[in-house]
Amino acid sequence: MNVDRVLEGYVVKLGDNVSTDDIIAGRYLHITDPEELASHLFENRPEIRERLLKAKKPVILVAGRGFGYGSSREHAPIALKTYGVKAVLAESFHRIFYRNSVNNGLLVIEVKGMADLVDDGDKIRVDLRAGIVETPRGTIRIGKIPDYVINLILSGGLKEKLRSIASQKSHT
Amino acid sequence: MADESLAVEIMSSHVTNGTKDVGPGDIVVVKPDILLMNDVTALLAIRVLEETGAEDIIDCKRNNTIIVLDHYSPPPTARIASSYRRLRAFARKHGCLFKDVGEGIMHQIAVEELVEPGQLALGADSHTITYGALTVFSTGIGSTEAAYILATGELWLKVPHTINVELKGTLEWPLTGKDVVLYILGQTGGDGAVYASVEFMGDGLKSIQVSDRLTISNMMVEGGAKTALFPVDDILLDWLMRERGIDPRPAWKRLSPRKAEPDLYVDLGRLEPMIALPAAPYNVAPVREVEGVEVDQVFIGSCTNARYEDLAEAARILKGKKVKDGVRLIVTPASRRIYHKAIETGIMEVLHSAGAVITPPGCGACFGSHMGVVGDDEVMVSTSNRNFPGRMGSPKAKIYLASPQTAAATAITGRITDPRDI
Repeated sequence: MNVDRVLEGYVVKLGDNVSTDDIIAGRYLHITDPEELASHLFENRPEIRERLLKAKKPVILVAGRGFGYGSSREHAPIALKTYGVKAVLAESFHRIFYRNSVNNGLLVIEVKGMADLVDDGDKIRVDLRAGIVETPRGTIRIGKIPDYVINLILSGGLKEKLRSIASQKSHT
Repeated sequence: MADESLAVEIMSSHVTNGTKDVGPGDIVVVKPDILLMNDVTALLAIRVLEETGAEDIIDCKRNNTIIVLDHYSPPPTARIASSYRRLRAFARKHGCLFKDVGEGIMHQIAVEELVEPGQLALGADSHTITYGALTVFSTGIGSTEAAYILATGELWLKVPHTINVELKGTLEWPLTGKDVVLYILGQTGGDGAVYASVEFMGDGLKSIQVSDRLTISNMMVEGGAKTALFPVDDILLDWLMRERGIDPRPAWKRLSPRKAEPDLYVDLGRLEPMIALPAAPYNVAPVREVEGVEVDQVFIGSCTNARYEDLAEAARILKGKKVKDGVRLIVTPASRRIYHKAIETGIMEVLHSAGAVITPPGCGACFGSHMGVVGDDEVMVSTSNRNFPGRMGSPKAKIYLASPQTAAATAITGRITDPRDI
């Protein structure tokens, strides 16, 4: 399960400090089935849920500062990815959400100044090779991602690494 | 060496891939001393182990792994009760440390029994950051990462930059660690400490007890911090001896108080009772600015503020008084040990006589699933850590976060009340 280096999607715009509680409420965290989790996205934030459900897929979330605020629940990136969110572009991320996303093959990229360039429904294109995002109102550079992290992202995160470690050990 | 941050100091001693000479921004692989999972994050970790075929290669002993049933505990539905059976079987099969229903919140159990200064603890729960109060480099991780550690014993981390917080003056009643951390969050906002090690220093440390330090470290994750470290000083050494029977270790000298250029000051002498308004923990104001707001419920609980000291302070205010008619006061002790001590010392009798509803230990209403969540348009003052829409029940409820003192005072009057007025 490698992550695509070039991907396209339709924008849903969000504000600052969108929390993992916003993304998936605590009452659903006993659930591990990805489809079931995806059906409960943003229930605590009805105005976001409504826009997400109306949006064309695949979705790219464009957010402000501190996306993925709060709880460590990995259910959040799993639910987003399963629903059809391909990537999250934000001014900055909270660290546990960022790591959880990488490990589940949800592309998360720090991009400054995106919010001014896009609106809900815009089609945008992320090109990791060129390090850019193309929007209807211009192209924008993405921040530098450390080599260790980009390799992890492109290989599908720790889950894929774990899969290969497990298969090697079982063959030795 | 002593001018390095506490975070760099502790991380350096846990690096497994080559050089120990690490600095902020470096990506290192570390071996944690302790790995912690709760009921909800462990369930997902087990799913990852099954999906990747890694369950056969895991080792619970290598990193001293513990699973604690605290979030939905005791289980409110048959489906969750069945999940709990699964977690018990997993822990038994692989020899993980295990705490069942009613033992308390994972973070409180870690502080009571497991962690000590200089260790590196990784936990699948964002409030793992709490143990920074005991000079433990502790931080939250995800479930896949917990599964990865179970299988390999290691995990990558970025070495954090430091935000130095200097505490000046003296913290005096009724001010608490909660007021300090809410004040700091007002300065950092929700993302001002993202990726950072927040480290505390200054003369003010002398008036901040371990219980308050735990509250402060706990909520620094609400500013985005990776870890939030207090140094090893006499207050911590006394506490470790008294509560845990642990003698000082020579290696802890390297974790002594630092002197560094502060990035942030808190003048404890000028602080007043603080409160976080709906719907973010950094949306803070002095209690005075919102006093009089009518409430439906008061919650004293969570890994932030349900320690013995918190219950004792609430009891000091509620002694001989009654919770206002029409207002519910829910008290959820952080651990069985705390619950027991509060029974022995009469604290529970005081709270109960005042009208409190006392629940089993655990995360309780803070997690928004049971034991006292609130309904549409209700208003609650809570000693917990997050007040996002729907965090503790209906998305239409309004949650204010404050100290146990402010919460207890509010329970008596039925309106948000500055504890100095009681």
